[in-house]
Amino acid sequence: MFEIGLGHYLTLAAILFTIGVFGIFVNRKNVIILLMSIELILLAVNVNMVAFSSHLGDMTGQVFAMLILTVAAAEAAVGLAILVVFFRNRGDIAVEGVNLMKG
Amino acid sequence: MLQAAAFYILAGTAVISAFMVVAARNPVRAVLFLILTFFSAAGLFVMLGAEFLAMLLVIVYVGAVAVLFLFVVMMLDVDFAALKEGFLSYLPLGGAVALALVGILSLTGISWVVSDTAGAALQTPVPPDMSNAEALGSILYDRYVFFFQLAGLVLLVAMIGAIVLTLRHREGVRRQNIARQVQRRREEGVELVEVKSGEGIG
Repeated sequence: MFEIGLGHYLTLAAILFTIGVFGIFVNRKNVIILLMSIELILLAVNVNMVAFSSHLGDMTGQVFAMLILTVAAAEAAVGLAILVVFFRNRGDIAVEGVNLMKG
Repeated sequence: MLQAAAFYILAGTAVISAFMVVAARNPVRAVLFLILTFFSAAGLFVMLGAEFLAMLLVIVYVGAVAVLFLFVVMMLDVDFAALKEGFLSYLPLGGAVALALVGILSLTGISWVVSDTAGAALQTPVPPDMSNAEALGSILYDRYVFFFQLAGLVLLVAMIGAIVLTLRHREGVRRQNIARQVQRRREEGVELVEVKSGEGIG
């Protein structure tokens, strides 16, 4: 209980991941919260990567956590840009209307 | 003991604020809770000995991504109360999926073991005499340099994509046309007129 090991971090990451997936399913109408849920999922993956890196004594996990951070930042930028354009065209950000984006 | 207390405080903050992100009524508050989640995750990274990633999380996520979210939330004039309406009707499905995920993840958690040969398979063992940032740099710019360059390319493409998506030329707004300006010649702009004294230019 008081000895913090790999299992503790993995449990935390699993909880964060589950909350992220739950957020995606529950917030059907709000794309902003949906993007934030994706950020939460990526954060959970990062916690896993760093926990294993620290536990096994291998730096590679931290390198890949950094790459995940990069991709998450890029995804947030493009996602929010799409969101702004979508809002400009439709006047709201409900996900139900997103299939209108098909050409 | 102190380590355990720090872990439980940080992890508890992370979990509660992560839940508030998905459950908050007001998106501005959700973004602020997202920032709190990232801060606690950064604290956990420090506890794991990954100080550089912790700083990166604070600077990149809190400093850039979360502020970007905040900008967009405040810029879009959306009726956020209406967006929250479906929350309760989707709760059963979301809860079922979350429960299934918890089941799968705990099955994995119960059944996995670390292989004895894992220690021998390490690609890049942590160097004992280096700080975390130094160690990360020494393999990032060496062994993983192509990944690093590729990450830069991803960011470049994302930047160009975001600009291309949001750039718009509004009708009826005069814009500077530099090529036209440069091509302008003396004959188009200047006219010499013989002005008779006392009459002016009619």
